[in-house]
Amino acid sequence: MSVNTMILFIPLLPLLGFTLIALTQRRITRGTAAWVGCTTVFVSFIFSIILFVKLLNGAEPFTASFFTWISAGNFKSDFSLLVDPLSSLMLLIITGVGFLIHVYSVGYMWEDEGVNRFFSYLNLFVFFMLMLVMGSNYLLMYVGWEGVGLCSYLLIGFWFKNQSYNDAANKAFIMNRVGDLGLILGVILIFINFGSISYAEVFPKVTEGSTALTLITILLFVGAMGKSAQIPLYTWLPDAMAGPTPVSALIHAATMVTAGVYMVARNNILYSLSPVSMELVLIIGLATALFAATIALAQNDIKKVLAYSTVSQLGLMFVALGVGAYASGIFHMATHAFFKALLFLGAGSVIHALHHEQDIRQMGGLKKYIPVTFFTFLIGVLAISGIPPFAGFFSKDDILAKAFEHNQVAWAIAALASLLTSFYMFRLLFLTFYGKTRASEHTLHHVHESPASMTLPLIVLAVLSTIGGLMGVPELFGGGNWIAKFTAPVFARSHKLLPEHQLSHSTEYILMGLIITFTLVVIGMAYRRYISQAHVPASEGATLSPLHKTIYHKYYVDEIYNAIIVKPLYAIGKLFDIVIEKSGIDRLVNLVSESLNDWSVLSARLQTGHVGFYIFIMVIGVVLVVAYSFFR
Amino acid sequence: MWLIRFLDNMLTVALIIVPIAAAVLIMALSRQVAKNIALFATLAELVISLVALYQFNSAMGTQYVFTKSWISSLGIAFSVGMDGISLLLVLLTTVLMPGIILSTFNDNSKPASFYSLMLLMQGALVGVFVAQDGFLFYLFWEIALIPIYFICLNWGGENRGKITLKFFIYTLTGSLLMLVALIFLYSKTPGTHTFALSALYEAGRSLDLPHQTFVFACMFLAFAIKMPVFPLHTWQPDTYTVAPVQGTLLLSAIMLKMGVYGVIRWLIPMVPLAVKEWGMTALILSVIGIIYASCIAIVQKDFKRLIAYSSIAHVGLISAGTLTLTTIGLQGAMIQMISHGVVVFGLFYIVEIVFARTQTREIGRLGGIRNVAPALSTSFFIILLSSVALPFTSGFVGEFLLINSLVQYQLWVGGIAGLTIILGAVYMFRTFQKTMSGETNTLTSQITDLATHEKLVLYPIVLLILLLGVFPKPLLDISATAVNNLLSIYSDLSASVK
Repeated sequence: MSVNTMILFIPLLPLLGFTLIALTQRRITRGTAAWVGCTTVFVSFIFSIILFVKLLNGAEPFTASFFTWISAGNFKSDFSLLVDPLSSLMLLIITGVGFLIHVYSVGYMWEDEGVNRFFSYLNLFVFFMLMLVMGSNYLLMYVGWEGVGLCSYLLIGFWFKNQSYNDAANKAFIMNRVGDLGLILGVILIFINFGSISYAEVFPKVTEGSTALTLITILLFVGAMGKSAQIPLYTWLPDAMAGPTPVSALIHAATMVTAGVYMVARNNILYSLSPVSMELVLIIGLATALFAATIALAQNDIKKVLAYSTVSQLGLMFVALGVGAYASGIFHMATHAFFKALLFLGAGSVIHALHHEQDIRQMGGLKKYIPVTFFTFLIGVLAISGIPPFAGFFSKDDILAKAFEHNQVAWAIAALASLLTSFYMFRLLFLTFYGKTRASEHTLHHVHESPASMTLPLIVLAVLSTIGGLMGVPELFGGGNWIAKFTAPVFARSHKLLPEHQLSHSTEYILMGLIITFTLVVIGMAYRRYISQAHVPASEGATLSPLHKTIYHKYYVDEIYNAIIVKPLYAIGKLFDIVIEKSGIDRLVNLVSESLNDWSVLSARLQTGHVGFYIFIMVIGVVLVVAYSFFR
Repeated sequence: MWLIRFLDNMLTVALIIVPIAAAVLIMALSRQVAKNIALFATLAELVISLVALYQFNSAMGTQYVFTKSWISSLGIAFSVGMDGISLLLVLLTTVLMPGIILSTFNDNSKPASFYSLMLLMQGALVGVFVAQDGFLFYLFWEIALIPIYFICLNWGGENRGKITLKFFIYTLTGSLLMLVALIFLYSKTPGTHTFALSALYEAGRSLDLPHQTFVFACMFLAFAIKMPVFPLHTWQPDTYTVAPVQGTLLLSAIMLKMGVYGVIRWLIPMVPLAVKEWGMTALILSVIGIIYASCIAIVQKDFKRLIAYSSIAHVGLISAGTLTLTTIGLQGAMIQMISHGVVVFGLFYIVEIVFARTQTREIGRLGGIRNVAPALSTSFFIILLSSVALPFTSGFVGEFLLINSLVQYQLWVGGIAGLTIILGAVYMFRTFQKTMSGETNTLTSQITDLATHEKLVLYPIVLLILLLGVFPKPLLDISATAVNNLLSIYSDLSASVK
């Protein structure tokens, strides 16, 4: 099989899977649908590995063009796919983690009447996600970008009988569209300024910073804010937890939400030449990382905690990008995909065991009932908290070190966010699995470990979360930082522009020691509060301290958006409809026609039928004509 | 050989004559026979237009030309022909007409005259798109108004008399202004005067700015009313809502393109100085219309009225892109006209299907249709995706090119027009949620899924939407040469200024 065919089939197979399942979903069995759904993604995964190995062995990036998609005037967009180190890594994550989540879904969704539809949507998602990272020009990336948004909409509102789920789906789509507008305007400006939208043609032309470039990068970043749930466009992500849990793991943790990180990394040269945009990325990333972490401290829904944690971790990735450490951002994205998918799937296993209970106040002591879930979840928590040698430690430490080089304040904020992360993750772990159980007798009676189709993906992801850090072991520990070297060609020009001043080893050791010590202290605090004191978060309706209340209500951001955007939009619609349209413009139109009526009445009066009157008018007319010709 | 050439030359004429002849033929027949013949005639028309497409040379300008002197004393000729722009709109007409006839398939209340009027309408629409003579263009333009007037008047809903009259007077006022402009241009043609398109171009271009402005104002008003462009649109929501579904489909899917076509063929190349001077004003009005109509659509409670306002918004974008006078803008306008025709056809048809089953168009009373009619809701959803311009649907290609041209024109104008990306999603997804998602209620639980003839109409539309979204290039290629020819006058103009 030629490389081009293989490249084409990577996205095409999931698309075929989608088409097949979607068209026959009412006739085929759930087993067939599941088999098709899993197999297509698995074969794409195999192809991705083959291409990855070729790149690893030093092959040049592959570009495969198939046909011209749109051409008008001097604008042209080819259907052309690119596999380079960056997209190759993305391919492995999307198809690899994607496959595991497909397998997990077989167990998780088996009892659902819409399971066939579920697999068709999942496959469609994988197709669009692959388009996003494989597109060799901005417009194809935009295709994937919008397409994953569509699938996210479909899957958040998967249980469409529930209108509040549909509200969440609509909110996700519309908020993403705000970002998409920024992105598409950025793409158009790229076309106007560089005469092309193909990466291969644009990047070499970007040689110096300019106002236009700053505007372009900011607009692109607006797109990233939407898709990757950064301030101010993050509020859709926690609501997106309305979707089935495998969706939260695949779309809202491991892949789709990292699209913004991919996009900025892909455009690294544009950002490296726009210091203003870089600062913006850094500031937004820091603010989001900290802000979302504080909200997560007070949430009681197991998925909501993980959702805010995702927002916060994405913020951390943008911190890396904002300081020019692109490879570190990608590294953290990869490890995050492992441990966050693991945590979500673990949460799904808990929810599955407890028959759709998501409130951690109703859990506790589950450790002995669902040991595999507990053990793998524990690994996920250790990984995200940055405990060595789990995956999260290396990637997070990498980002913190790079942030320190750039700016100590940035480092302090990012470090604070990670400490908060350790606290709320251990809070979650303790409240769910330790202590006395708070679930009802009845629920406990039915608690059961999940089937193998669910636990196997958990185990694989747990292994990846344990050893995933090996991808980027720093020089400090005698590692080669493989991921940085592998992606170096993509970031080569940026590295020349932004020379790194390497921290001394002693500084690195001190920082690392500091973070680890504090993390352990924080975990100790969580232990004391939730295990020793067996503290349980206040139940619904209990009076909270003002600060706690504000955090519990997510700083009232949803309410504020509702008051300053949603309501005014409807008010404007009403204003236009009732005041301007009906009593304004249309009234005016009717007035014109009525006044014509009046004029005709006036002229009708001239026709009185009196011959004398007519002769009188005629005489006046003749006099006027004569007078006119006389005086002319 | 000469026979083939003769037939080629007659293609355009045949496209006009076939429906009109069929219209006359079926007038006296029984309703069932009339319906069948009407369907057959529109299918025959479709075949002829496909032959024209097959033999069309996209590298050349106007083809299939047929000219015969008609009222020679006034310099009027029966002159028709098609370039890529005409061909695309003719195809839009011929592709959609069988669907419009099919949409009446389980409705036996309409007499033969109804079908006769629809066929007459088709003949006139094609005539408008292919006319190469000013008088002929005007004639077809007016003829097209008559059938739709009677269709709406005789088979419309509540209040139809008043609303239809308003629509009639509104558009007639516009057409009369156009006639004034055409006669004025005619009087400026050399010698014994002629209405030939090329001569009118010459006459228009030789005018000074004030006179060009006069022509521009008259013509643009006529075209803007037809589209309609803000603030000349208030006839549209009422008329669309009150018209029988076939009338709405004719008006929204095909007839409004007469307005955009008028701007492209009879305005932009005719009075370039005035277009340069006043285009900005017209463009800004169009952009205001996008936002204005979108905001109104958000608060509509009537399904059909909501689609009517969304149509104003989309046409505003087409009109604005056209007035940027760039290849990208005009090509975007062309493909978006096709896409809009297909999409709005699908949306109004869905409204009708739901209405026929529930006797209501109130969005608040619907809901849960997804549970009982999956084929219906899935078709609606895909059409909706094209309406909100999701990539790989037909709506994206046009919308992207149009916004692209507007950003090139002025960044802020493009940015404001681009808000349609957000607002469109707001009102369309809200509509889908309120009508299709959720639990069924007593009204919607009885809904049956698509019947065969409904599938025959909707599935091709869905397919077309996806096909044009993934492979838009053949379509863009058809009009590319024609658009470049049209705009060449502007590049000459700016060259001479430099």
